[in-house]
Amino acid sequence: METITDTDKTVRVDLDESSVRDLNQFLHHDLAASGVKHIEVLNPNGRHNIAVGVDAPVSVDIRGHAGYFIGGMNKQARITVHGNVGWSVGENIMSGSIRVKGNASECAGASGHGGLVVIEGDASSRCGISMKGCDIVVGGSVGHMSAFMAQLGTLVVCGDADAGLGDSLYEAVIYVRGTIKGLGADAREEPMGEEDYARVAALLDKAGFDHDPKAFKRVASARTLYHWNADHHQEY
Amino acid sequence: MCGIVGLLLKNAALNENLGRFVTPMLVSMAERGPDSAGLAVFTDRDLGEKYSLFAQDAQFDWDALERVLDEALVPTPRIEAKGRYARLSLDVEPDTLRRWMAEHFPHLHVLSAGHFMDIYKDAGHPAEIAGRYDFPALTGSHAVGHTRMATESAITPAHAHPFTAGEDFCLVHNGSLSNPYKIRRRLERKGIRFETDNDTEAACRFLEWRLREGDGLETALAEGFSVLDGFYTLLMATRDELALVRDSFACKPAVVAETDDYVAIGSEYRALAHLPGVKEASLFEPRPEEIYTWRR
Repeated sequence: METITDTDKTVRVDLDESSVRDLNQFLHHDLAASGVKHIEVLNPNGRHNIAVGVDAPVSVDIRGHAGYFIGGMNKQARITVHGNVGWSVGENIMSGSIRVKGNASECAGASGHGGLVVIEGDASSRCGISMKGCDIVVGGSVGHMSAFMAQLGTLVVCGDADAGLGDSLYEAVIYVRGTIKGLGADAREEPMGEEDYARVAALLDKAGFDHDPKAFKRVASARTLYHWNADHHQEY
Repeated sequence: MCGIVGLLLKNAALNENLGRFVTPMLVSMAERGPDSAGLAVFTDRDLGEKYSLFAQDAQFDWDALERVLDEALVPTPRIEAKGRYARLSLDVEPDTLRRWMAEHFPHLHVLSAGHFMDIYKDAGHPAEIAGRYDFPALTGSHAVGHTRMATESAITPAHAHPFTAGEDFCLVHNGSLSNPYKIRRRLERKGIRFETDNDTEAACRFLEWRLREGDGLETALAEGFSVLDGFYTLLMATRDELALVRDSFACKPAVVAETDDYVAIGSEYRALAHLPGVKEASLFEPRPEEIYTWRR
């Protein structure tokens, strides 16, 4: 990739000059040998798949608004988007962290197994859908059907949650500071315990938000959908 | 998939640049819809009754049509042709023209009618279509475009979006409707005729029928929420307005950028990334079943 300039183990990639494929091939194949610790991505301009599949303890700064699947499948890397992102940021994140300084579109942190996704602004619908162990902290509000079928991990919402929150939840837990427009099937509000306060405080601290954990409500699964009940006649 | 784009210029000084702004928006959405594309362009002044025509035959003789119209229908028609497309200006009611065309030139498709709107649509890659009809040179106050990845009806110029009904009204759609035939049967009983078997045409003719019956755009769309079943992001234009809605699941994307100069709508942000001042624009994602309208 000709446009990469190596200065103090930082490389800068301008996506108006290089392709996303060039960038990702560098991240997948050449990063380890290069000794580079910091990658700066310029002119993302809504392009998709930037910095997917990174598996190295590096930091990536994406300067501008980015498209779909940013930082998908991330392992170890610390990715920051200085702008908004489209659908499915941090999809299937395994470890490391992804921070979006602006807003995120749908399905932020979808299916994430581990690591931390931080959205400083709002996240749109289906935030944390099917999450499997990652943590997601949203500074603003989340859209409808967030944490749909979420299996494990924690979703912390500092603003409000739209309708259908936690529909068909498994063992993931949701904490909401603002108002909840409506809970989905089998999701219920539960009392906060000391463990919950500690869990929220730790995640707020990691994400860099200064809120009182006492202001959060806990939403978890009522576990009535865990077993098939013929008497329900498909109505839950 | 499918891509939708829309641009309404609030600053009339930019009208000369409409085509230059909207063409890259459309072409950037080619990956969402590579099989056909279309663009509706509106002027901010009444140019009299005009029609967008599309010929099945690439060698169609537009001069001959002009002569026949002059002799048989009304004097002094004016035709400006670009290949298979032509804009016909003449002072005759749409119903009369459509009947006359169906009888005398059944292979000519009347794409649209109105005093403010021209429609260009064709099958092929969006970049080729934009070049074929010189989209960058188009001027006007607002435009609505679509790139299609067909999931139900055939790939032909007639099945491409935007769809129109009545005059100076058009609609583009990303998604799929599950009850287009039910809507269609309901409208056909009222004497409304369809030109294709495309699901979007049902939504377009339903909404235009409501507008013609006296509903405002917002009332018509509110009724649309209960009548249209399926997935949709719909973007509509009238002579002076753009309207945008998403279904209750909102699983078909849209992003809106608004500045003092324009309102721009795209399926994805990358459709808007080249617009001047977009980095400082107010950017938002439209909410499910909320009606957004902008007036020029």
